[in-house]
Amino acid sequence: MIQHIVAVVADPNTQWILAGCMLLGLCSGVVGCFSYLRKQSLMGDTLAHAALPGICIAFMLTGTKSLLLFLIGAGISGVIATFGIGWITRYSRLKSDAAMGIVLSSFFGLGIVLLTQIQHSSYGNQSGLDKFLFGQAASMIGADVYTMMIVCALLLTVCTLLFKELKLFAFDAGFARGLGYPTALLDQLLMLFIVIAVVVGIQAVGVVLVAALLITPAVSARYWTDRLGVMVVLAGLFGALSGALGTLLSSMVQNLPTGPLSVLSATALFGISVLCGPRRGVLTQAIRTARLRRSERARLRELSAGTMRKEAAS
Amino acid sequence: MIDFWIILTGALVASCCGILGVFLVLRKMAMIGDAISHSVLPGIVIAFLISGSRESFAMLLGASLLGLITVFLIQLFQQSGVQSDASIGVVFTALFAVGVVLVSLNARQVDLDLDCVLYGEIAYVHWNTWSLGGIELGPKAVWLLGFTLLIIALIIGLFYKQFKLCAFDPTLAAALGIPVALFHYVLMGLVSMATVSSFESVGAILVVGLLIIPASAAYLLTDRLGAMLIWSVSIGIASTSLGYGAAVALDASIAGCMVCAAALLFVLAFLFSPKHGLIARAVRRSRLSQRQAV
Repeated sequence: MIQHIVAVVADPNTQWILAGCMLLGLCSGVVGCFSYLRKQSLMGDTLAHAALPGICIAFMLTGTKSLLLFLIGAGISGVIATFGIGWITRYSRLKSDAAMGIVLSSFFGLGIVLLTQIQHSSYGNQSGLDKFLFGQAASMIGADVYTMMIVCALLLTVCTLLFKELKLFAFDAGFARGLGYPTALLDQLLMLFIVIAVVVGIQAVGVVLVAALLITPAVSARYWTDRLGVMVVLAGLFGALSGALGTLLSSMVQNLPTGPLSVLSATALFGISVLCGPRRGVLTQAIRTARLRRSERARLRELSAGTMRKEAAS
Repeated sequence: MIDFWIILTGALVASCCGILGVFLVLRKMAMIGDAISHSVLPGIVIAFLISGSRESFAMLLGASLLGLITVFLIQLFQQSGVQSDASIGVVFTALFAVGVVLVSLNARQVDLDLDCVLYGEIAYVHWNTWSLGGIELGPKAVWLLGFTLLIIALIIGLFYKQFKLCAFDPTLAAALGIPVALFHYVLMGLVSMATVSSFESVGAILVVGLLIIPASAAYLLTDRLGAMLIWSVSIGIASTSLGYGAAVALDASIAGCMVCAAALLFVLAFLFSPKHGLIARAVRRSRLSQRQAV
């Protein structure tokens, strides 16, 4: 077991994949915290699906598969998707959940139409584009990981620099606007972060599951702390840990894709958090209730004993 | 004949989804529909591994069970303090990942590829026919969908009043003694059934499009539940037929084109709806401002 892990980590190919998956988990964990607090967790899911047509168009226009071009294409279609959701909720009586569902499925439908167009026409280099749906971490190469490193470093730097602004915006957007913060800009920035995390993740985890890395680590971290700084760090750690676990597990069993295993690792961490988190965890709550019940019972017993003594005395 | 079967299958999918979508949109649970359509995957795979065939009622049952488990888990996490969005996201991605892992583990022995689950194979519907005593009875998918539609229509028709009240005012419904939670779970069970019986034709993800888009367009067109149901089903049928035509013309994915057609019809409703449309609103506003100016 340990020998195997050492062998896997020593393998240079796996090192890239491991590094990529951990970076991805780290970034999406950090971004996920803010979108969780903004009550926009499913935005990641929507933007992941909406990225598909952008990626297809970027590929059709250039004919090359490069992470940077896909990032641009997915960014543009993600921005269009957010505007679409905004328009639908502002100019009709539909609520945001229906708007998200509409945008998600129509963009994804368009993406699938474009994908079949690519497959049917003679784009020589098309093999593997459909791998984007479920992700194929094994296809990650050094250049991709370098791009991911730069993108992640940028994202984390901006998050650190704007931490105070993002914090206020996440908790009380109205107050932030009152203080004169550019909330519309911050909102767009957060959307951009989500799009970046999604596009970076699509190659490794796939369109359908990349939302999990945005949501699950953040929710798990919420169980452990009430402070945003701690939560962001914890979510990043959880994300990186689940990326690493996913890579290691998939290297042990043949035929198992990395993406779903990373997601399941994140879910396992979530399960542990639900059970053992201090204050909110199920186990800790049960223990607290039991302790409270015992102390109350003892108090009652003493009280009733006291009254009986008094009655006996009178 | 092939075209006929494909269009009939599409129409049946659109009717199943259109009816249920209306209640999802009215109860503001569109994303729960999305979650169910993803999380029935492990149910489909497990039922497939046990029974060994694609169109079985075991599969329908297994997946409906998974749908109910999804809804139950989502509510459990919500009650323990997780935001509703996030609990939906956590549950359905986890179950979908389980499904993908199960498919990859059994890829050798299972003739169930992920492409089929995701995009469906409506073009091959007519190949898989059901024959009884030597008589060809048409594609299996049509029978399965017809059965599902019958159940949906029967349950919604029998308890129409209750579903209506639960959709608009659950509190009043509860005060009148209607078991709101029971109807909630019945609705969710029906949604999972519809998802499973459509997944082979249009794929698990695009079912969401047919659940939400026609119902949302219908919501913009009328204020009456009965009319909304009719609008939703007819928009759904129109978009599957239009989508099939477009797919044949473009040589593209049929399921993708169907959802794109639905999206197009939604945009039309969004712009030109006589009461809630963008243009009608603008006209009303400019008329109002003119009157005020006078």
